[in-house]
Amino acid sequence: MPRRTMIEAIRDAMDVMMSRDDDVVVFGEDVGYFGGVFRASQGLQAKYGTNRCFDTPISELGIVGIAVGMAAYGLKPCVEIQFADYMYPAYDQIVSEAARLRYRSNGQFTCPLVVRMPTGGGIFGGQTHSQSPEALFTHVCGIKTVVPSNPRDAKGLLISAIEDPDPVIFLEPKRLYNGPFDGHHDRPVTPWSKHDLGEVDDGHFAIPLGSAAIRRPGKAVTILAYGTMVHVAETAATETGVDAEIIDLRTLLPLDLDTIESSVKKTGRCVIVHEATLTSGFGAELCALVQTRCFYHLEAPIARVAGWDTPYPHAQEWDYFPGPARIGRALIETLEA
Amino acid sequence: MPEPNLMRDAMIPRGEAVQSAEHAPLKLHVPEPAVRPGGTPDFSNIRIPRAGQVDRPEIDVDSEAIRDLAFSVIRVLNREGKAVGPWAGTLSDSELLEGLRHMMTLRAFDARMQMAQRQGKTSFYMQHMGEEAVSCAFRKALLPGDMNFPTYRQAGLLIAGGYSLVDMANQIYSNTHDPLKGRQLPVMYSSRQHGFFSISGNLATQYIQAVGWAMASAIKNDTKIAVAWIGDGATAESDFHAALVFASTYRAPVVLNIVNNQWAISTFQGIARGGSGTFAARGLGFGIPALRVDGNDYLAVHAVAKWACERARRNLGPTLIEHVTYRVGAHSTSDDPAGYRPKTESEAWPLGDPVIRLKNHLIVRGVWSEERHKQTEAEILDTVTSAQKEAESYGTLHSEQRPSARDMFEGVFAAMPPHLRRQRQEAGV
Repeated sequence: MPRRTMIEAIRDAMDVMMSRDDDVVVFGEDVGYFGGVFRASQGLQAKYGTNRCFDTPISELGIVGIAVGMAAYGLKPCVEIQFADYMYPAYDQIVSEAARLRYRSNGQFTCPLVVRMPTGGGIFGGQTHSQSPEALFTHVCGIKTVVPSNPRDAKGLLISAIEDPDPVIFLEPKRLYNGPFDGHHDRPVTPWSKHDLGEVDDGHFAIPLGSAAIRRPGKAVTILAYGTMVHVAETAATETGVDAEIIDLRTLLPLDLDTIESSVKKTGRCVIVHEATLTSGFGAELCALVQTRCFYHLEAPIARVAGWDTPYPHAQEWDYFPGPARIGRALIETLEA
Repeated sequence: MPEPNLMRDAMIPRGEAVQSAEHAPLKLHVPEPAVRPGGTPDFSNIRIPRAGQVDRPEIDVDSEAIRDLAFSVIRVLNREGKAVGPWAGTLSDSELLEGLRHMMTLRAFDARMQMAQRQGKTSFYMQHMGEEAVSCAFRKALLPGDMNFPTYRQAGLLIAGGYSLVDMANQIYSNTHDPLKGRQLPVMYSSRQHGFFSISGNLATQYIQAVGWAMASAIKNDTKIAVAWIGDGATAESDFHAALVFASTYRAPVVLNIVNNQWAISTFQGIARGGSGTFAARGLGFGIPALRVDGNDYLAVHAVAKWACERARRNLGPTLIEHVTYRVGAHSTSDDPAGYRPKTESEAWPLGDPVIRLKNHLIVRGVWSEERHKQTEAEILDTVTSAQKEAESYGTLHSEQRPSARDMFEGVFAAMPPHLRRQRQEAGV
């Protein structure tokens, strides 16, 4: 099976969908001729022409705004916001327009639209290139939110997102673009070519939205994670020797609550990990759902390990990042509770 | 003992005004309307050229060559009720009679619905008094398949497009026949079939969407065009400016309308316009041909709309149109204009009433009379009243006949996800 980086897998997903469906169009800042600052759309303009893949003015509001109009016409735009940190000017178009168009028009107009955005830190991007705003999307009715953790999922989930009849926010952990990040920034990066999940089928395949994956089976504690933190959690489990079951959520909304519930009922313990800031983060929602569903099976308080409630710093990036040591401590505390 | 941070903050000098011998103190400019309640209405600052005076350029004209059109007003009907000048002649007598009927219907419908709101049959209403020509005339320049992205004051697009008055009232009453199942505030209509995009209620968001829809039509080598609508106040939103950038960059087949009715709720148009002279002038920096039209002149609105739509359809790109008009009524059923402008201001409005002006023109043409006008008014009132009665037979907002609570959970997504199914179950519906 061919091996791909996450960027190659994402590009391949768009390529596959553009070749299968003339209504798929791709655009954003630097996306056309140059192929995007992370090169996700490299070669697509040359292959499909400027009608299908083009550069836009620097206006996130404009990018999502025209995409809503195009989707209402019947196209399937798959647009890029250069960094998730830049999406705020587009937020009204996402929340008040894309998300509600089907509902408010009683299905006369729909919005099959994908907004891709690189998310998360770990590249010394400072406060404007590192944020994880997923909770700002999961709180909105009418959009789906996806966070892949590896090339195979990225391709299969992006194909599902483009095929979905409703708007999908597709958050790409940029620290994973070139390899699975184990949380140790001072060690060499393992390339995806040496990882099983770097094996990505050619052609069309879809991974349904709303299904989680168990990345590491275990009996002692359930770790709920997504994106970069799936790999960091694996490091923490290995280094502490804790028999943790790691669930990669893949889609935050719709959420695969059944997989979460059966795991926590089995282990009786739960640690939730995300890179986004703690307060009102998606972990809070997970925590509430787990205690409602699994209260009588819980043997310890649910723990959350997350980014501190500060802006994402530059020099202190690795003090901020919830690395293997912090996750490891939470695992041990949860087991000892 | 204050927190350490507060102590540090306290040590930062607070902007003491610096006096300088060289510069006078700076002053903030906040624009004010010429007159406030109690004063005498004054529109002397609005320069209105005589009807027929403004040239009609070729549709492939360079925007640079017609910069003056962004500062003038295109008018066709003169004071004697005659259609004059190069923009006249786009409509036949029978089309004009139909247009008069559309405007009268909109006005009668507004009056009934305004009353219905006062009677508690719905929560809210917004009327068009004084602005009927803008949407009614523009609609007649469009072809089937074209798409409007309207605001809440363009119901003339629906009436002139043949949409059912009963369905309009059903939507306003949020009753069992409401095409939008009670999900939207009254007057936030949607009808794909009639080229009327779902009204958001958030201002300006639709403007950039219209540009995207038009771009999609061009991407698919279609022949349909999009039409964007916005009020004078909402042009201050970023969405408006983004729309002009994108329309200009991609030469989108879109007509960009600004309805300048002088008032954004209580705020006079000078607050949004700033120092730019006119709203139309906003288009010039983007290289978009920009025209101003007498929005109370049915013939002028139609002629300018036709010119702009033809440009879009011939792949010549976007056109910006400022419709100069006046909002005679309140913004909505939730405000009283007496609190922010002179009570008699609407009577002083120099462009007159669009219904009366078209009526007089048709009388001058010899195809209409005061008598037939009165008769038609009565007929229209009958039609509107019976549509209203039919809608009321399907329920009004606070009656028992309304969309079910179960409907509330439908249509958030194409397929209902598990968490919504659980919530619907919990709600017991």
